[in-house]
Amino acid sequence: MTALTPEATVAPAVEPTADEQGRKRHRQSARRRSTPLTIAMLAALAYFLLPLLWLLIASTKSTQDLFNSFGLWFSHAPQLLTNIEDTFTQDDGVFVRWLLNTVVYAGVSAVGAALLAAAGGYGFSKFRFRGDRTAFSLVLGAVMVPTTALAIPTYLLFAKAGLVNTPWAIILPSLVNPFGLYLMRVYAEDAVPDSILEAARIDGAGEARIFFRIVLRLLSPGLVTVLLFTLVATWNNYFLPLIMLNDPDLYPVTVGLSSWAAQAQNGGAGASSDMFALVVTGSLISIVPLVVAFLMLQRYWQSGLASGGVKQ
Amino acid sequence: MTATTTASPKGRRRDGPARPGRGGASRRRSAGPLFVAPFMVLFLLLYLAPLGYAAYLSLFQERLIGGTAFVGLDNYTQALTDPQFLHGVGRVALFFVIQVPLMLLLALLFALALDSGLLRLARVIRLGIFVPYAVPSVVASLMWGYLYGPDFGPFARIARKVSLPVPDFLSDGWMLGSLANIVTWEFVGYNMIILYAALRTIPTELYEAASMDGAGAWRIAWSIKIPALRPALLLTLLFSVIGSFQLFNEPKLLMNIAPDVITSSYTANLYAYTLAFTGQQVNYAATVSFLLGLVIVIASYAVLLTANRRRTP
Repeated sequence: MTALTPEATVAPAVEPTADEQGRKRHRQSARRRSTPLTIAMLAALAYFLLPLLWLLIASTKSTQDLFNSFGLWFSHAPQLLTNIEDTFTQDDGVFVRWLLNTVVYAGVSAVGAALLAAAGGYGFSKFRFRGDRTAFSLVLGAVMVPTTALAIPTYLLFAKAGLVNTPWAIILPSLVNPFGLYLMRVYAEDAVPDSILEAARIDGAGEARIFFRIVLRLLSPGLVTVLLFTLVATWNNYFLPLIMLNDPDLYPVTVGLSSWAAQAQNGGAGASSDMFALVVTGSLISIVPLVVAFLMLQRYWQSGLASGGVKQ
Repeated sequence: MTATTTASPKGRRRDGPARPGRGGASRRRSAGPLFVAPFMVLFLLLYLAPLGYAAYLSLFQERLIGGTAFVGLDNYTQALTDPQFLHGVGRVALFFVIQVPLMLLLALLFALALDSGLLRLARVIRLGIFVPYAVPSVVASLMWGYLYGPDFGPFARIARKVSLPVPDFLSDGWMLGSLANIVTWEFVGYNMIILYAALRTIPTELYEAASMDGAGAWRIAWSIKIPALRPALLLTLLFSVIGSFQLFNEPKLLMNIAPDVITSSYTANLYAYTLAFTGQQVNYAATVSFLLGLVIVIASYAVLLTANRRRTP
């Protein structure tokens, strides 16, 4: 044990580095691949991709073709661009507004929640102070408190405080992520070696400086994980904005799309029954950014997620 | 990097008082609360305050005559004998019992398959299964809603083409299963990734030693991997308890296309929403929310206790 540097003892446990993955892949390629298993997994993959394939195809159709042509193949008159244009121009471009709202709500919430969780997790993992255990168990217990059961009392409180129907009604509740704090604490325990903190203190660095300059960098995979998962949670949030907002100009894209869907359903085959095509195309547009974010950042969030699942 | 002596045992915190007389130690004690404070303040305001407020509201009733009156636990006795609330809770409990084991079993199988190294295209498959997690439940419900459609849905069309009976996914008998399918579709990948990430942290030496002893892939999965996954499985199970009992988005959205099947009290959460926003029964809605939260906490503790008891002997 004495021969190990702190870095060697902590880092690999939580972070399968590119190096390690390479080693593992090498180990695996030495074994034989299984064709039946691959085929079974591809069949499973088909199930997960089928609705998305349908969405992709459906967004090239007019509302009429949506109902007249077979769902899993293109119609004779594909019109993806027309649909996109219609989606963006319907109701004076309210869809663009919804997208922007979503980006703002989700972006601010995610960055804020990640920073708060990182600071808190680091504080709990590397400092001892009065009441730290109590405070932490309180947060840990709150992981079990369902957010939607909280939503109605939060709404009532916010109504009293005059926060209902403002962006804060969506952002504030999303800033507190108890599981994120837990994850960051577990992560900080391993990823931030005490020796580095000591060294920086001896060099005379202040605590804030140490945190922003050194600790945040060491925590970055965990930070990206919390950031990304809060981003998804807020981006995809439906219940909270549904109850908090009644001004369509403030809607995020989820509530906006569902209001369009309700209109399309109830409007019947009237003059404005293009709504179905708009709902479908809008749905497609709304999922692209998140899917791209996950694909681009997968190396980080996957390793960050590991730490939460390993510790108990 | 020669300062190896300070390496502390993993996962254990060092006590401040253990290193007396050092300027660093006192600074460390004073800085801790400052790092924790921003989170804790918002936590108190946005978690504990609403919970307390719900508890408070649940003790009152708005009367037509005489305004708001303190009624003690009347709302609770009402809720506990309210067939709509009880059916809602019963329905999500049934949903939990059927959907969650299925979903977690699938997630476990996928994670093991990915980790086995026997797959071709493993990366593509892994991301493909995970992608639905990034899809909002609103969009997921809309998509599946169209796919389920008895008139225009592709499943119905295929069934008609080959002269099979058309499955009515949106009927009373099928609805819970249809909802379970949407939720499974959304979250298998998420759970799979948690399990997969945990699998990647198992030291590969263990597998090598086991296969040297003649253990096959199945044996290794059963005797090494699954026991090592316990904490991760527990985590996914806890999240699933919380998720299923507060089921809301999917039934709320399918309500548009199947209003006769999904009533306004189909799930407990939907009932609380209806009470608060269409019934204007704020106090009773708070009671239902609070009770639902209680049900979830109790179910979570039951899961934790069972898991821990099994571990001790």
